[in-house]
Amino acid sequence: MHLLFFIVFAGFCLAGAINLLLQSHPINSALSLIVVMVSLAVLYLLLGAEFLSIAQVIVYAGAIMVLFTFVIMLLNASREERTLGSRAALRVGFPSVVAILAIIATVILHTQGLGVARLSDGITSTEELSKVIFTDLLLPFEVTSVLILIAILGAVAMAGHDEKDLHRNSERTGEK
Amino acid sequence: MNVFFSQEVPLSWYLLLSAVLFSLGVVGFLIKRNLITVFMSIELMLNGVNLSFVTFAHQWHAVKGQIFVFFVMMVAAAEAAVGLAIIIAVFRARATLAVDRIDRMKL
Amino acid sequence: MLKVAVVTVVMLLAVAYTVLLERKLVGRIQNRWGPSRVGPFGLLQPLVDGAKSFLKEDIIPTGVYRPLYLLAPILALGCALISIGVVPFGEPLSIAGSPPLFQIANVNIGLLVILAVTSIGVYGIALAGWSSNSKYSLLGALRSSAQMVSYELALGLSLVGVVMRAGSFNLGKIVEQQATQGMLTWNIFGGMQFLAFFIYLMAAYAETNRSPFDLPEAESELTGGYHTEYSSMKFAMFFMAEYANMITVGCVATLLFFGGWTSPFGDLIPPSENVFFDAGLSIFWFVLKVFAFLFLYVWVRGTLPRFRYDQLMNFGWRWLMPLAILNIVATSLWLAYR
Repeated sequence: MHLLFFIVFAGFCLAGAINLLLQSHPINSALSLIVVMVSLAVLYLLLGAEFLSIAQVIVYAGAIMVLFTFVIMLLNASREERTLGSRAALRVGFPSVVAILAIIATVILHTQGLGVARLSDGITSTEELSKVIFTDLLLPFEVTSVLILIAILGAVAMAGHDEKDLHRNSERTGEK
Repeated sequence: MNVFFSQEVPLSWYLLLSAVLFSLGVVGFLIKRNLITVFMSIELMLNGVNLSFVTFAHQWHAVKGQIFVFFVMMVAAAEAAVGLAIIIAVFRARATLAVDRIDRMKL
Repeated sequence: MLKVAVVTVVMLLAVAYTVLLERKLVGRIQNRWGPSRVGPFGLLQPLVDGAKSFLKEDIIPTGVYRPLYLLAPILALGCALISIGVVPFGEPLSIAGSPPLFQIANVNIGLLVILAVTSIGVYGIALAGWSSNSKYSLLGALRSSAQMVSYELALGLSLVGVVMRAGSFNLGKIVEQQATQGMLTWNIFGGMQFLAFFIYLMAAYAETNRSPFDLPEAESELTGGYHTEYSSMKFAMFFMAEYANMITVGCVATLLFFGGWTSPFGDLIPPSENVFFDAGLSIFWFVLKVFAFLFLYVWVRGTLPRFRYDQLMNFGWRWLMPLAILNIVATSLWLAYR
């Protein structure tokens, strides 16, 4: 059963990732990325990380991707165009990435000592996670909360309207 | 058919999947021409890396691996918020999201 | 599998009769009968409404983005029905060593699963509005999703106090921890979570887009918001998703704050020897509490005027969220000094 689940959800991940590259409209890419994230959540559950899997759904698929979808809807993003720059990037980018993937895959396949994953290996409970996060890794936790606060302030400062913006917009349309 | 009911999955398969997701993210970052899609490829790269962290946390029964994933998620959330605010600001200035038209400082 | 089928059928029936409850109750508040012609006291009205929805013409406007237009109501209704899978309806009775009979999935992170499914439900609304290719739909969808995302924070934070008291996310354990002395140890009274309960109530009203927070779908303001361009069965699916969300929210509130399936008399009434009678009684208490919650929902809808959008966002970010954080701090101090 484990193998079956892994193949199905890894297939969804790969299909979603490849679809992200092949689609020309950003909203389709966003939805494919949501599929990738939810299938990754299932894979985390298969590896025994239950809190992480549900955090992945709540934070990544349920908040970050909603933010992406909002921005795509607000800015009314349209389909991509094929330009000179994009063709050059295709010809250079693809082979180099295939090379990187080949190197990483060789390293992984030649590593000794990697085990197997079994469903009976047990689930890491939330209690164990919280014990480590609030004792050993308390400093990174606090620093991350300060980081999120700074990010909120920065985002509001940048995306919010200010006085100059409103005047500039009215000048563009020619009214006073 | 019986092989599909096996209870064991080699961990190297999880790592290979993570490597493939990461490289697909790099490909997306290089070849896509829309600013938001480029940003989404960055999120795909982060997700690929998260999978390999969880795999190693499973192998060595180290909870710290999972906590690191937690931190990566938080940082990705902060980065997404700020990045999207930047994209909105760029859109307001240039009225386009095509990467090929935003690559000069001259308006 | 049988359990899943039974629960789904019961849930859909409950959704249909909640619509009837709302129409009759709002009618009574407005000094008129609700639907009373079809069947005795209008009890067959939902069946007739269902038949009407099936038989109406299914209009798909030309300019819509078809894949998302068709996916959005499925996503909305699916997410609304999935979250009922982790809710325990009655006491943990197991027949011959089976998993608990009155719960579909006993998950250790049950509460988080409900929050996660609520987060995914936002997509149903956002994609519906965007794919409809119409000004009113897009505006309604953006407002509605922004409202839902804002109040999700307050919702989640208000539940942290309960989780701290119970020490687990498992819904069964949270209820058992409240069962020691009947009404006095329910989380809202003995557990000192009344502030959390009121925050949860208001955040839940905003999450399910119901009065007084229902500006995104108010007919007089936005001609129907995100479901303007939808007809017949797809519109009915959005409708059902809203009421199913209401029922789920009611279930979560009774489990977390009102002691779930435990009776308010606690140990004053000793359990009877008949196991089936006890199990039936636990389901009866659960349904009674959820019904009381739904009654409150409809009562508030019939009585209060709606919030303006900026007042709504102001309320969520500047009042509910800080109050929820204050509740967490107060609960943790109280638990630490006990």
